[in-house]
Amino acid sequence: MSKISDSVLQPGCELRRVYDGFWRYAIYLFGAISFIILLLIALFIFREGYPAFQKIGIWQFISGLRWDVSDQAYGILPMIIGSTYVTIGALLISVPLGIFTAVFLTDVAPQMMRSIIRPAIELLVGIPSVVYGLVGMLMLVPIIRQSGHGSGDSVLAASIVLAVMVLPTIVSITEDSIIAVPNAYREGALSLGATRWQMIWHVVLPAAKSGIIASIVLGMGRAIGETMAMIMVIGNSIIIPDSIFSPARTLTGTLALELKYAAGLHWNALFATGVVLFVFILILNSFGFLMLRGKNK
Amino acid sequence: MSSIKHSMKKVGVLLSSTLLLAAVILAGCAPASAPVATPQAGELSGTINEAGSTSVQPLAELMATAFTAKYPKVTVNISGGGSSAGVKAIAAGTVDIGAASRDIKITEPDVIPVCIARDGVAIVVNEANSLTGVTIEQVAKIYAGEITNWKDVGGNDATITVVSREEGSGTREVFEEYVTGAFKKKIKADALFFDSNGAIRSKVASDKNAVGYVSFGYVAGLKTLMVNNVAPTIENAQSGKYPIVRRLYFLTKSVPSGIVKEFIDFCRGPEGQKIALNEGYIPLVLK
Repeated sequence: MSKISDSVLQPGCELRRVYDGFWRYAIYLFGAISFIILLLIALFIFREGYPAFQKIGIWQFISGLRWDVSDQAYGILPMIIGSTYVTIGALLISVPLGIFTAVFLTDVAPQMMRSIIRPAIELLVGIPSVVYGLVGMLMLVPIIRQSGHGSGDSVLAASIVLAVMVLPTIVSITEDSIIAVPNAYREGALSLGATRWQMIWHVVLPAAKSGIIASIVLGMGRAIGETMAMIMVIGNSIIIPDSIFSPARTLTGTLALELKYAAGLHWNALFATGVVLFVFILILNSFGFLMLRGKNK
Repeated sequence: MSSIKHSMKKVGVLLSSTLLLAAVILAGCAPASAPVATPQAGELSGTINEAGSTSVQPLAELMATAFTAKYPKVTVNISGGGSSAGVKAIAAGTVDIGAASRDIKITEPDVIPVCIARDGVAIVVNEANSLTGVTIEQVAKIYAGEITNWKDVGGNDATITVVSREEGSGTREVFEEYVTGAFKKKIKADALFFDSNGAIRSKVASDKNAVGYVSFGYVAGLKTLMVNNVAPTIENAQSGKYPIVRRLYFLTKSVPSGIVKEFIDFCRGPEGQKIALNEGYIPLVLK
C-alpha cells in the first residue's frame, strides 16, 4: 500500500481537497447505482409492457379471464387470483407459526433451544428456491395426490411451500419487535398478577403490533414474488382455482414459463404482467416500511 | 513530491479502469458483426454465431463442439432465444446462422432453411398405465378436455391428469399442429403446464394417471403410447409412419458459403447425424 505523505493531508493543501472530493463523489456514485438500476429496470418493464396496455386496454388486461396466445387473448385475472390465493394460503400458515415461534424464542425458550432453533430458521433463507420446489414436487405433491384430491399440483401445495419460505422473514422481524418491547411492560404485567400467557397475549404482542404487521407485509411481498418453487408445485393451469386442491397459475409463473419464446404482443403482455407485479410489490413494500417506521417512532 | 505523483497515478489508474469498464459495456451493446469467412485451403478459421430455437440449441451445441474439435481455429457461438428470435436475428443479419424448430411462417422474412435433423414427439404415460395405444383423435380429445377418464380410451377407471408444455414451446407447437389442431381443438386451460421436456418427464413419471408429450430423447423411464397403432420409434418416424414429427432447421440469409457452409455440411453429414441419433433425434433421410 502506498502512503500519502503528511504534506498532502495538511489542511490547506490543494490536493487534499481534490482527493477528498474525488472519494466523496465516488461514494455518492456507488450509492446512487442501486437506485439507478432500479430506475432502469422499471423504465424497461414499462417500456416493453406499454404496447400491451395500449392494444388490450388496462382494464381488459387486468379483468380478462382468458389467456390464450393463439387467440391473442390476454387476460390476467386468473393469475392475479392465483397469486392472491397462494399468498393468503401461505400467510394463513406462516403468520401464526411465525409469531408464536418468535414469542417462543424471545420469552419462552431456554437458552439452549434458542441457540438451536434461531440459526435453523435463519438457514431457511439460504436454501435456493428451486430446492424448496423440488422437495414440494417430490414429497408434498404426491402426498396430496394420494389423499385423493386431483393431481396434487395445487394451491395447497404451493401455499405450504411458500409458508416455509416466508417463515424466516416473519420470525426475524417479529422477534426484533418483541425484543424491543421494554422489560418494564413485562414486569408490570406480571406484578399485577397476570400469567405468563396473559402477559404475552395482552401486553407484549400488542406492544409489538406494528413490527408484526410489517413482518407480515414484507412476507407477503416475498410470497408474491416467488417464482421457481411455485412453477414446480402449482400446476400452472390458467384457471381460477375453485378449491385448495385445484391447480392455479401465478403472475410470476406466467412470466417465467412463457417469456423465452414470446414475441410481439405476447412479449408485451408478459411485460405488462411484470408491470402489474411491480406495482403490487411497490405498494406492499411501501406499506411494510411505513409500518416499520411507525414502530421506531 | 514523489508521493504526490504516486497518489495522482492511483487516481489515474482508477479513472482509466472506469473508462475501460465503460468501453466494455458499450462494446457489449454493439450488434454482432458478421465475420468474413475466408477458409484457406486445408484449414478453416473464423467465428460463427448461431441463435434461435432452444429445441435446436442442445443439438447445435454438441455439433459445434465436434466441429471445433475438428477445426480448432474455428469458434462457434451457440445461443438460444426461441425460433422466432432465430428468424428475426438471421433476417437482421446479427447472426450467421439462425435456428428454428418449426417451419418459417408466411409472415416472416424470407430466409433459407436447411434441415439438420428431425425430432419426434411421443405421447407418454406413467409406467403403471395399462394402456398401450391411442388414436390421435383420442389424444386430441383428452387434451381438449372432452375425455377425462382413462376408461373412455380403454384404460382403468381413473381421472386423467393432462400435462402440457407452456405457450410458445416448439414441442407444443408441433403437438398442436398434428394432434389438437388436426381436430380443430385446443389444449384446455386447466391442464397442468410445465416449461421443459424434463419437467414433463418427472411429472408423468411420478403421477400414475398422467399423460404428457415429450421429444423422443426424453422418454426414458416413461411408457410411450402407440399412436394410430404406430410405435414412436426412430425408424417409424424416418419412414413417415409415425405422425408427430417435425424438422429442425438452420437458417441462413443467403446461400451459405465459407465456414458457415462447412459447418452446415458437417452437421448434415455422417458425423453430425451420428450426434443427432445419439441424442435421441431422428437423423435426416438423405439420398
